[in-house]
Amino acid sequence: MNDPIAPFDRNALRRHRARAARIDNADAEFLFAEVGERLIDRLDDIRRSFPVALEIGARRGALRTALSGRNGIVTLIQADPSPAMAAAGTGPRLAMDEEALPFGNASLDLVLSNLALHWTNDLPGALAQIRRALRPDGLLLAAMIGGDSLIELRGVLAEAEAGVTGGMSPRLSPLVDVRDAGALLQRAGFALPVVDIDRIDVSYPDALALMRDLRAMGEANALAERPRTLARRDVMLAAAALYAERHGDAEGRIPATFDIVYLSGWAPDASQQKPLRPGSGQISLTQVLGEDDVS
Amino acid sequence: MTEAAVDPKLLEILVCPLTKGPLTYDRERQELVSEQAGLAYPIRDGIPIMLVDEARKLDEEG
Repeated sequence: MNDPIAPFDRNALRRHRARAARIDNADAEFLFAEVGERLIDRLDDIRRSFPVALEIGARRGALRTALSGRNGIVTLIQADPSPAMAAAGTGPRLAMDEEALPFGNASLDLVLSNLALHWTNDLPGALAQIRRALRPDGLLLAAMIGGDSLIELRGVLAEAEAGVTGGMSPRLSPLVDVRDAGALLQRAGFALPVVDIDRIDVSYPDALALMRDLRAMGEANALAERPRTLARRDVMLAAAALYAERHGDAEGRIPATFDIVYLSGWAPDASQQKPLRPGSGQISLTQVLGEDDVS
Repeated sequence: MTEAAVDPKLLEILVCPLTKGPLTYDRERQELVSEQAGLAYPIRDGIPIMLVDEARKLDEEG
């Protein structure tokens, strides 16, 4: 039934976001706030103005608050896949799906995204749409959950489920790595693509608290192939016990790894630096290498 | 004014997510109409809901 090339159930994502919009949990916002600050630092390094900016996956508007009055953004439009989450913010905003971007060609100067694009089924398609919606020399600056994020939780959940039920079901998303991200930016036609990764270790009292926070963040399992029954309590408890045993520290707390992949790329413009045309070199290679070496 | 207004800048640059074609703002019904797609996207409390799942089909009276 499920589309094999659409790993994520976007309706489930909207429901998770709508649920998260009703939960007020400052702890769960920590990662968004932290990564948001790091995104803004990167933006601060770029000395130019962005009259119209779009934020994809804005949630309650934490990035807007953190950005206020900085970075030469005149209008910041905030978008979220969930109408309920969009309603929770302030300022110009809309509900939309980044896989069907409702912005015309060359209508935006900047597209920002703070930890949202990891739920996109067709990331190459979404990036291509973003690139077309940017004006020439417009910027995409995004942070994604990627790499080895939640590697500890993945391991213990798989092991606990195999131990309790004898089977395994997909509970955590496939994630993008740095090399994929760079190739995707290039394929989407971005100039000067830059990708890097940054690890953030977060400490939790136990694995159940971590899972609770993920739900409050609107980050519960939205895999199309996810088990439709409620997660079994015995599996969760077994996973939590394994987590503490394998990864717990002296004080009994557990770490969770988040690898944040930062992507930036520019919509091509004639003013940008680019490689020279083939044949435009002024010095012959034989002169550089010496006649003897190439004979 | 009883209803929150859509941001004018946003209204200016929005297109139909399906066709990337133009939208007409129906102030009365609070909808953004895409003739090409045959869909009307609702605006709730000034927030355009640009989701195909939430849009009204134009051939049905809503």
